[in-house]
Amino acid sequence: MTPFDITINAAVALLGVFALLIVACGVQFGLAKRHPERDYTELKQRIRTWWVIVILFALAIALPPIFAICLLGFVSFLAFKEYITLIPTRRADHRVLFWAYLTIPAQYYWAADGWYGMFIIFIPVYAFLLLPARMVLIGETEGFIRAAGTLHWGLMTTVFSLSHMAYLLALPASGNPAAGGDGLLLYLLLLTQFNDVAQYVWGKTLGRHKVVPKVSPKKTVEGLAGGILTTALVGFLAGPYLTPLTPLEAAVAGLLIGFAGFIGDISVSAVKRDLGIKDSGNILPGHGGILDRVDSLTFTAPLFFHYVYYLHY
Amino acid sequence: MVRLLRILFWSLIGRPLVLVVLGLNVRNWKGLPAEGPAIVVANHNSHLDTFVLMTLFPMRLLHRLRPVAAADYFLRNRAIAWFTLNLINMIPIERSRAGKRGEDPLEDCAKALAAGEILLVFPEGTRGDTEALAKFKGGVARLKEQYPDVPVVPVYMQGLGRALPKGEFTLVPVVVDVFVGEAVAWTGNRQAFTQALRDSVTTLASMAPSRTWR
Repeated sequence: MTPFDITINAAVALLGVFALLIVACGVQFGLAKRHPERDYTELKQRIRTWWVIVILFALAIALPPIFAICLLGFVSFLAFKEYITLIPTRRADHRVLFWAYLTIPAQYYWAADGWYGMFIIFIPVYAFLLLPARMVLIGETEGFIRAAGTLHWGLMTTVFSLSHMAYLLALPASGNPAAGGDGLLLYLLLLTQFNDVAQYVWGKTLGRHKVVPKVSPKKTVEGLAGGILTTALVGFLAGPYLTPLTPLEAAVAGLLIGFAGFIGDISVSAVKRDLGIKDSGNILPGHGGILDRVDSLTFTAPLFFHYVYYLHY
Repeated sequence: MVRLLRILFWSLIGRPLVLVVLGLNVRNWKGLPAEGPAIVVANHNSHLDTFVLMTLFPMRLLHRLRPVAAADYFLRNRAIAWFTLNLINMIPIERSRAGKRGEDPLEDCAKALAAGEILLVFPEGTRGDTEALAKFKGGVARLKEQYPDVPVVPVYMQGLGRALPKGEFTLVPVVVDVFVGEAVAWTGNRQAFTQALRDSVTTLASMAPSRTWR
């Protein structure tokens, strides 16, 4: 008996991620050598932060699911905290915000417990009704709808959406004999983060036509299309290895993650533009805040979850 | 024993509370004094202000950090008094005795500076309204006049008035923006120095991101 609880396929995928990081280090080293005059501090910081994230995550994945669920719950907490810090809140809502934070352990408990019915309605129904109820009982009407609306939007994206990653780990292992919940989560994370990079690289090399210049001036049609297609290809290749999806279903999952990741990314960009800020925080050197890192996941996690859940569970 | 308890409290409760539950976003961290004697002056909205200021310094300076606070408030019962005097290492100030002849309410502060300690002072004298800077009291100017070589560094903190405002007992996690300014030089007289100090905190406050709807 070891404390580790991971399938061979998921372990191999994790090793693959480490291999990618080593390649990234090599590329960064090569670039710095070829262009000694350029400043690669941000790239360097970015890769170093990736190492920390990947090591933490790999450990949590390799141990029994409760560790990864706690880690993901902590990510939700950090993301929600960043969101609450950025949005204007009313002084009268102090205690409402306190209750809003308490939904995080509850939501991740439903996920760990595998209580699907509660997991799926707790924030969209109960938090949606009870937090504004608490607000209205306090009695401040000025800015009521804005306060209730912004609070709920934050809970839906940073807690409800992200918690779908945790529920992937609570799905019955029999549904994915190849790689279990770990495999599904790795597949989602790999594809989502890969898609971010692929869209960036395609946009940098071929990008001509802007998609949403007002929200994110650097995003191009070429980057979006190239990214989505590459992600679909990787999804197609990795699908049978990590998920119960058939090759065709896996390719569609790749398309879905590619497009949803893009929308998640620009949604957080829109929030930041609306509030007049550049980065959501500074907790991840080279990346910005947690929200800047999990932006795509707020859309890909629930969509991928329900796609797999509908087809195979 | 007290020093050990203080180290345990700050490494297991105080600092994790500030760094993990709240979170810091510090601008010009290097501007803080690296050793005593020094005076750090900050705006005051919450009991957590002291926690944040103390966490900004490395653990090796823990025993040299001396928050200055009102004796009538913090010594009001034995449990709170024990906590603030020992774990926070506070210097109590008699607010009501200020102005009476014969006793200098700042005597302990002056002694601490002479011993090379770092004073953490909230010159507004009270927590006041959330994120609004009140008038500054003159104590820091009197200390600076007495010890002109001691640097006085202004700090502005934003977010704590939301995390734990006056009159609330529930903590709402919020990332705290901290702005450290440059040491304020002696201006020749107390009144002008107090004004310069307040101006420097106001300037830092203007750098803070707006948290209101446009």
